[in-house]
Amino acid sequence: MDKTILPYLISGVSVGGQYALIAIGYTMVYGILRLINFAHGDVFMVAGLMMVYAAAAMPLSLAIPLVIILTVLLGFTIERVAYRPLRTAPRMSVMISAIGVSYLLQNLALYITGGLNKNYPQIPWISDRVTVLGMETSRVTIITPFLTVFLVVLLVLLINHTKIGMAMRAVSLNFETSQLMGIRINSVISATFIIGTFLAAVGSMLFFTNYPGVVPTSGAMPGLKAFVAAVFGGIGSIPGAVIGAFIIGIAESLIKGLDTILIVNGTITEQIGLATFSDAFTFVLLIIILVFKPTGLFGEKTTDKV
Amino acid sequence: MKAVRTPEENRRISWFCFFATLAFLGLVLLLDQLIKPTSPMYMLLTVLQKGSVYALAAVSMNLLNGCTGLFSLGHAGFMLIGAYTYAIFTIPSASRDTVYQYYDAAVRFSFPEVFGNAMGPAGTALGVLVAVILAGLMAAAFAYLIGLPVLRLKSDYLAIATLGFAEILRAVCQWQKLGPITNGSNLLKSFARVSKFKLVLGSTKLTLSTFVPVLIAAVSIMIIVKLINSTYGRAFKAIRDDEVAAEAMGINLAKHKMISFTVSSFFAGVAGAMMAMVLSIAQASNFKSAMTYEILLMVVLGGIGSTSGSVIGSFLFVAASEWWLRGLDSGTFLGINAPNIFRNGFRLVVFSVIIMIVVLFFRQGIMGERELTDVWLNRRRARQKKKEAGK
Repeated sequence: MDKTILPYLISGVSVGGQYALIAIGYTMVYGILRLINFAHGDVFMVAGLMMVYAAAAMPLSLAIPLVIILTVLLGFTIERVAYRPLRTAPRMSVMISAIGVSYLLQNLALYITGGLNKNYPQIPWISDRVTVLGMETSRVTIITPFLTVFLVVLLVLLINHTKIGMAMRAVSLNFETSQLMGIRINSVISATFIIGTFLAAVGSMLFFTNYPGVVPTSGAMPGLKAFVAAVFGGIGSIPGAVIGAFIIGIAESLIKGLDTILIVNGTITEQIGLATFSDAFTFVLLIIILVFKPTGLFGEKTTDKV
Repeated sequence: MKAVRTPEENRRISWFCFFATLAFLGLVLLLDQLIKPTSPMYMLLTVLQKGSVYALAAVSMNLLNGCTGLFSLGHAGFMLIGAYTYAIFTIPSASRDTVYQYYDAAVRFSFPEVFGNAMGPAGTALGVLVAVILAGLMAAAFAYLIGLPVLRLKSDYLAIATLGFAEILRAVCQWQKLGPITNGSNLLKSFARVSKFKLVLGSTKLTLSTFVPVLIAAVSIMIIVKLINSTYGRAFKAIRDDEVAAEAMGINLAKHKMISFTVSSFFAGVAGAMMAMVLSIAQASNFKSAMTYEILLMVVLGGIGSTSGSVIGSFLFVAASEWWLRGLDSGTFLGINAPNIFRNGFRLVVFSVIIMIVVLFFRQGIMGERELTDVWLNRRRARQKKKEAGK
């Protein structure tokens, strides 16, 4: 039985790591701006598309850093153009603006690609096939969790031990007070977006290596799931987002293989298409956590003031 | 700040709206007869058909997001329920087996046939109507069940949870085990669609393919307006403006939120049924969250909180994307021929840029929170003042 579950478990951990990298972008932005950045998943998709075009035009050693820089620039610009003018507007307006940006990025991608599936380039070494614990998989599956944990540790160090990290914590605690204390809110928010999109760019390279290609809507589902992961872990908390992402990744992967697992197990005798629910399960999890513990696993408690 | 209306003014507004709607319906009926499918003006009918679907969807979303302040993003899911319910109960029994080619269809009757056999042609129309209402009821029933846990959540958490439920509904509809009912991930077709709607009076034949969707939308929107102007509507607005204060005033939050949510979903279901009859297919994969976003952007375009704004916003949205900006996709726009730039998809890019401009710089949308009737009333009052000053 272990032999049946193991491949799904390993791929689940890998997908979870990729979601974690996206989820951090959501959770940090929400922690500071109280905004669900609906465009984040699409930034992730755009990073994938840019890689497709960059890899066709130049060697990979040049393409990878270029794509990361361009993605970060995109995230920075989105905040500058679409969110900053609405800083004093009601929260709903900013959320609508985020939905508008998401719509724009998807349509732009549709226009540029013509709606066709773009094949993601093979990145040497990380897309090689390796054999681990008696099963064959691509190296990226094995690397992802380690790389994710490494980046998260770096990020936590950055937040806990640097000046900009301290400023971020202050802003997320109280927006207006930190402004009065002399913190430059705008640069802190820009820094948040830069970090978030950087991680999304790295995540997109790991994610799309395992998939056949990029289409304009490829970002939507991973984006939503990463957001659910952020909520699950307690929005605003980075370790929470990472743990949430791993749980969702593993659960999703196990459900994708549930038919096979149950058949081997002898519970059912034929395929019943439970894989259809691999996406739905994420949202079931979301609703369960929101109903029973609305602040998530590690979220801070908030109360409404009149 | 809205000025208080006198009963006399209220009465006048009601009559004005009633006659304006009647006149509009008459015009649509006329256009339906005059414009043939081969005419270049046929686009106008398409815009009216799709526009009325989206207008109802936008107005029902506005009831929830604009009037009650519940930021819900589950609209596509409820429209999906409506579209499927309508489609399943209007597929003629003769075509069942071709539509459900991989499954053994569970529902073996269709309302238009059942009523048609009993009452003749009028029964067929009644059957379609019953299917549309059932579509709404089904969506409302699902909304009630979903609302029980979800409506306890606030603002953006509610948005995400409803978005999640819409995705779940879409996944469940495509599940192969439900194939006998929903046809799995295959599309539903051959059901009663607008191009078949006709009225035969002796030797004259009236085409109703645009009139019927516009009529359904008009009646539904009128009901929603009645609700918004009732005491319930006032309670909704109180909840939107300040939940805590509304509760302190004795408004039952849970009850009113649930009413708003189920009513909004009922009409989303009706809009879904209309979408099925206009597009003549129903497929779960069309009802993605992108559809909800589009409806939301229509509401924003018209002005959040304004019913007439939502209607104007959705007709503009549909007209621009289906008709006026078509040239951007097909090579020539405003006489400029540049097939390299004006190719497939450019229309949507231009369109989303326009929407971003509205969202960023014209946050009030077209109407703000006002209604068309407010504009009309203000002009009337100004006229009266002038008259009095003249005396």
